[in-house]
Amino acid sequence: MPAAPAIATPAIRAENVCRHYRMGETLIRAVDGVSLEVRSGEFVALLGASGSGKSSVLNLLAGLDRPTAGSVVVQGRDLARLSREELAHYRLHTVGMVFQSFNLIPSMTVAENVELPLRFAEVNRAERDGMTGAALARVGLQSRVNHRPSELSGGEQQRVALARALINRPQLLLADEPTGNLDSRTGTEIMNMVREFNLQLGMTVVMVTHERALAERYAERLIHLADGKLVRNEGNVPAAADPLSTASEGSRA
Amino acid sequence: MKLTDLTELALRNLRESILRNSLTTVGISVGVASLVAMLSLGIGLQQLASRRLMKSGLFDTIVVTSRREPRNFGHDEDRNAPAPADSRLLDEPSRLELDRLPNVIEANPDIRFATELRYDDKPHLTTVAALPESSKSTDAFESIQGHFFTSDTAPEAILQKSFAAELLGRPHAPGADETNVAELAAPLLGKDLIMSYAQREAPQNGSAATAAVTHGNSSSAANMDPAASYSVVSRQQKLKIVGVVDLDPESMRGPTRGRVFVPLKLAESLHVMQPTDLRELSSSSGDQTLYSSVSVRVKDPAQIRATEDAIKKMGFNTFSILDATRSLQQFFAVLDLFLGIFGSLALAVASIGIVNTLVMAILERRREIGIMKAIGASDVDVKKLFFAEAGAMGILGGFVGVALGWAIGHVINLGTNIYLKRQSLPPEHFWSVPWWLVGAAILFSLVVSLVAGLYPAARAARLDPVQALRYE
Repeated sequence: MPAAPAIATPAIRAENVCRHYRMGETLIRAVDGVSLEVRSGEFVALLGASGSGKSSVLNLLAGLDRPTAGSVVVQGRDLARLSREELAHYRLHTVGMVFQSFNLIPSMTVAENVELPLRFAEVNRAERDGMTGAALARVGLQSRVNHRPSELSGGEQQRVALARALINRPQLLLADEPTGNLDSRTGTEIMNMVREFNLQLGMTVVMVTHERALAERYAERLIHLADGKLVRNEGNVPAAADPLSTASEGSRA
Repeated sequence: MKLTDLTELALRNLRESILRNSLTTVGISVGVASLVAMLSLGIGLQQLASRRLMKSGLFDTIVVTSRREPRNFGHDEDRNAPAPADSRLLDEPSRLELDRLPNVIEANPDIRFATELRYDDKPHLTTVAALPESSKSTDAFESIQGHFFTSDTAPEAILQKSFAAELLGRPHAPGADETNVAELAAPLLGKDLIMSYAQREAPQNGSAATAAVTHGNSSSAANMDPAASYSVVSRQQKLKIVGVVDLDPESMRGPTRGRVFVPLKLAESLHVMQPTDLRELSSSSGDQTLYSSVSVRVKDPAQIRATEDAIKKMGFNTFSILDATRSLQQFFAVLDLFLGIFGSLALAVASIGIVNTLVMAILERRREIGIMKAIGASDVDVKKLFFAEAGAMGILGGFVGVALGWAIGHVINLGTNIYLKRQSLPPEHFWSVPWWLVGAAILFSLVVSLVAGLYPAARAARLDPVQALRYE
């Protein structure tokens, strides 16, 4: 893998990021002074109990939310300074997201769900069909393109979500508990795909999870959060026993 | 997002809640239908009125008189005009000049005289008016019994209904004209009338039967100019009755009013003595025929003013009923406005339906909006999508509404005509849906829907994606 030049520049640098909001009289510090760096091509896991602020950090990285203080710089752009329109453009072209609850649009078919970001990106229809087909092929779902999400299993739905996240060829994949609604076998399938994107496409991955075992198996670094604060940032050697591990170990040695 | 994608997504979303969106669209349709129905009624009535007025010939006609004419219509007198004595004569060359003016269809002399007509050997004194061939198309002759003159020189006559009744010895009180025209016409059509009249003739030497009429002023009798004199001969002309019309003599074009009508060219060839003939003696034109007035018909009532100005520049007096059409147009503008406002009320109510439907859709599709934003939709994309949905309902409702309005109008027109037929009145077309109204109604429906979509679209665009995604 051509990882060497990418390591030099951090893909993500968050500095003293806060996300506070008021709920009635109380001030809630969802994220409270978090600083972190993610290298380009790195696979990072954000760990923590529910309410620790890990999902809030992910939303800030995704440009879905804005920090109330601090800065989030992704590939040289400070998200806090982008306009709403620029943030949408950032989400469209730089970030791909997968969620615990898949978040597919139920009224659309598999192909239409995957194609949707291309519509926002104003890609021509002819080009769109090819790209959609390729993305679905990559997640192994070519045969079910005209089904509705409700007709698919959870694993299949998450694969559709992955195809959708890939379609605009983003550099950053943000996953919020991607296996949370899946049994362990399909969870492993999905995680292997994420790993594959990380290694083969060179995508930087930030995954939120509360399962330490899952994180240790796939992530190169574990960042622990509690009460909106970063409590531990440790390196990890992914212990994944997936078919790709040999190739990846070889390239990283 | 591209327009095609927007349309596609909007239609897909509308199909998803087909019942609710259909009901909203039906609401818009009813609104558009009521607007179209109201306005097409207004337009139809206006067209009917102006069609009637145009056919009456009152509004496209300018009556031209010489400034020497003492009986002129006078209210439009131009102070800078030359003194009456020096102004132009209304003779044949003048008539030809009027005829050649731009926008003028024709310029015909008004010939009208009182004379005696014999029918069945009984004399009847009446007024005879000459009609140009173009009168055939006026509504006065629409319901003629018999037919119009076979040619412009045919020795034929058309009788006004009350005169026909008089000939048959069945006079009736004015106002109570319930007599059937067909009944009056049946015994008269094809019969002959003998018209006695005074013919003007150039002086003939040695003609003992002629009475020389000279200048009215006795003091100048000695200076009699032979060129400016003529004889008056009593003549008779046989006329075949070809038609009877049921019309109010007052409704006829300009001063061409009479109870018996004869073709214009025939009347001209008869050289019937005209009131102007006496005054003409003082002029230098001698045997030239002078007209007391000439009726000028223009192509379009809108050109009356310009044509009138041109004729005044030629040195004549003019008269037209232009002002009457103006106030009529004003009346219809106000009527259309009121009908339009009433018609729009239903559309306004329907637009509230759009707001309601779309706000509901936002609540329902909150999560979907959050997903779209998470995968890269901008505020503008979301706004446009809701706009497109509102617009699609508007256009759809517009099309259905126009069709519905057209159908309603047709049914009402049909019903009215059945009623008119029962009353043995001719059917009328008082309903008109012009193409511009179709286009304008659909456009208006679209605009109203888009305005109704403003608030929901802005609200959808403002949704916070993090909260929207948390929403189940």
